Amino acid sequence: MKETQYSICGMCAVRCPVTVHVEDGKPVWIEGNDNDSAMGRSLCAKGGASFAQRLDKQRPTAPMVRMGQRGEGQWREVSWDEAYDYITTRLNAIIAEHGGRAIMFSDRGGPFADLRKAFVKALGSPNYHNHDCTCGRSVHHASQSVYGLGRKGFNYDYENARHIVLFGRNITESLRVKEVKSFLKGIKNGAKVTYIDPRASVTAGKATRFWQIRPGTDYALLLGIAHSVVYNNYYDEEFVERYVIGLPAFKTFLAPYTPEWAAQETGISAEEIEAFCLELKKDRPKVIIHPGWNLARYRDSFYASRMIHILNALMGSIEQPGGLFYVKGPKDAGKAGLKSLGALSPAVTEDRADGCGTRFPLWDKGAGMLHLAYEAIETGEPYPVKAYFVHRHNPLIALPDTREQKRILDKLDLIVAVDINFSEMAWFADVILPENTYLERASILRTEKGLKPGFGRRQKCVEPLNNTKAGWEIYCDLAKRMGKGDCFPFESIEDIWQYQLQDTGLTAADFDEKGFVKLTDKAIWYDRDNLKFGTDSGKIEIVNPKWEAAGIVSLAPYVSPETPPPGSFRLLAGRSGYQAHGHHHNNPILHEFLDHNKLWINTRAAAELGIKDGDQVRVASGDIQGVITAYVTDLIHPEAVFMLHGYGTDVPARKRSFGKGLADQIFMVGKLKAWDKAGGGVNLAESFVTVTPV
Amino acid sequence: MSKYIVTQNVADCIGCRACEVHCKDKNNTLPGVFYCRILEVKPEAGGKPGSDFVYLSCFHCEKPWCVDVCPTGAMRRRPEDGIVYVEQKACVGCKACITACPWTVPQWNPETGKVEKCDLCKDRIDQGLEPACITKCTTGCLSFTFPDKASQEARQSYAEKLLKHRR
Repeated sequence: MKETQYSICGMCAVRCPVTVHVEDGKPVWIEGNDNDSAMGRSLCAKGGASFAQRLDKQRPTAPMVRMGQRGEGQWREVSWDEAYDYITTRLNAIIAEHGGRAIMFSDRGGPFADLRKAFVKALGSPNYHNHDCTCGRSVHHASQSVYGLGRKGFNYDYENARHIVLFGRNITESLRVKEVKSFLKGIKNGAKVTYIDPRASVTAGKATRFWQIRPGTDYALLLGIAHSVVYNNYYDEEFVERYVIGLPAFKTFLAPYTPEWAAQETGISAEEIEAFCLELKKDRPKVIIHPGWNLARYRDSFYASRMIHILNALMGSIEQPGGLFYVKGPKDAGKAGLKSLGALSPAVTEDRADGCGTRFPLWDKGAGMLHLAYEAIETGEPYPVKAYFVHRHNPLIALPDTREQKRILDKLDLIVAVDINFSEMAWFADVILPENTYLERASILRTEKGLKPGFGRRQKCVEPLNNTKAGWEIYCDLAKRMGKGDCFPFESIEDIWQYQLQDTGLTAADFDEKGFVKLTDKAIWYDRDNLKFGTDSGKIEIVNPKWEAAGIVSLAPYVSPETPPPGSFRLLAGRSGYQAHGHHHNNPILHEFLDHNKLWINTRAAAELGIKDGDQVRVASGDIQGVITAYVTDLIHPEAVFMLHGYGTDVPARKRSFGKGLADQIFMVGKLKAWDKAGGGVNLAESFVTVTPV
Repeated sequence: MSKYIVTQNVADCIGCRACEVHCKDKNNTLPGVFYCRILEVKPEAGGKPGSDFVYLSCFHCEKPWCVDVCPTGAMRRRPEDGIVYVEQKACVGCKACITACPWTVPQWNPETGKVEKCDLCKDRIDQGLEPACITKCTTGCLSFTFPDKASQEARQSYAEKLLKHRR
């Protein structure tokens, strides 16, 4: 029998809608869910390797309990009962001694996190975290300090833009299918693209202007741009008059930061900056300056992103076709939202261990700051943290300095990894609870915000091949065994869907036709004459008094980045369109597209060191070192070297990728404690490495 | 040439390898076996930055040399639409087709000891569908079309571009 199922891809964190054809219980075809016209049947390489992931046996296929030391790789396969008993015995002891707050959790966020947050809440802990300290936290906080709105509060109408400006936002490789399609349509429709990056990625090849900026000087370039825009009155005076406060102070602040000054810092000439700004004037309001996606890069990323948010306001591109638009939720369509699973658990009044909401009063308590939770594990302050649940998240490679992380995490009494892969983190855990691949599991319903808000559903398309469970089953089981069954009164995913939909007037059957439900047929745009912002003033705040009172100045003076000493380079990392986050490097199909990463090094810099293209070179930081093949090219700035992220795994169970290539994060020695003090994100581009011929 | 043609809009190709993966997934090919490939063409020094990517599969030639040299008749051309494919049962693994093809397109399967290659997903074509690589291309830069239609569309698109900035 042939069936069509609608799912939501789980191969990466973008989670595109997909259609799966199943014949006699076997998945036979997968494509984009073309009920969503922006998606069509398109599917990226990672999504295309979904069936291969399911068939791959180099993954955890049954619950496992550690024998021997952490990370040693000695495992014992156990029953689910035994794994649960192992966990609950230890959790109960920890709670008895330290309380529920001694439990922490991290995942990769996203639209299904409500279930995991509810689990943490049910256990009486405030310490849920997602991955965002290594991703968009500084962008998020910058957005809150300018607009009073989180970073996901806006989306971008590339298709109708006249000018798209990307500070390292590598749209063609850090890939979201709908976004890249819209981006390419924009180019086809005549949009200019200015791409700024120390490295020429594939996106640079699509741009009308590529600036190979000196690494670490984005903020300087933005100050130079802002200077030109403000002093030449290139901005949208009507929009600024109506919605923006703080312009006079801004003008004074910008006085020294002329394009000529910026040229000295960035290596981009004043004439080019001026020409670009004049274009912005002509192209506005249909200008999108992307505020950064993974901008956990530099110590001043918060301020770089903040300057981008301000520039977008100066362009008048807010709630504007061809510019930025608010993503609308169910409320905007006059409908009720999904009921949160957490509503069934009593409120947790404890302060967070990472200091979000207390030590750092304005930082979002929702996602937390994982690197600061590490400090709590290390010091026992503000209170002891003893148990860590890690859900398909791999901090050992996502955060800097793997060795230091292991030292800290080893202080925990219990580490539980729920994963479908032998991630570095799962390999270091005490228990691995193997989750079904996404094709084998249903998930809670998700809210899909946008111009036409709605809800989406991931169906279970096929039966699990191994002794694994869906995430919702695992957390319901564990909650019940911890005596928190009242918080999870569900026996099936249908029970959960029904609970979530209780206020909406919808039923699960409404998702059968398309895989999603839209709450409106017409795109919702707010009245541009009556925009309200979430700041205290209700305006776009160039200077935000609330953040200033909390010690985070709005307009920070520029500090020039350190220049790497001779023979040293700033280490940059990124990803390709077909392997991301270390999730795909061992996939039976994807691994063969690239099994060793290379070190991009500038032609001139390589010549000075006697390095030729294809040579083996040694990369080192302190006593950490490794050998990698050099790719000698003009496409990278002389001060930087670059490698793709996710290689060089030390997990032997991943046989296809084990030991191949180098991992970037191991070289970030000591950088767990170096983070953006204003925005909170870690600094993944503030490490220097030496490079020498082998 | 088969009556079909696959065209690629290089400007919209991002080298994401999805076409190759969709092909491998559909045809269950061994590691190292690629019916279609994306070839990266790196920029020349001092030229525009960033690579271009070119899609190359089988051209399904009008006079396929691979078919001509095949001693067993395993390499065949479908009379109704010109798709060139391998009848696995008849292939003896002599590799003459690989040698004969100017682009070395036929692929060697070391497990079966036979040749295999792109058949434009003829099972899908027979159901009124398009090949996997094209159906699911991330950006839609690949098109499955006919030569006359491709020509007309390319000219139309150029004409529109030509007049885009007219006064």
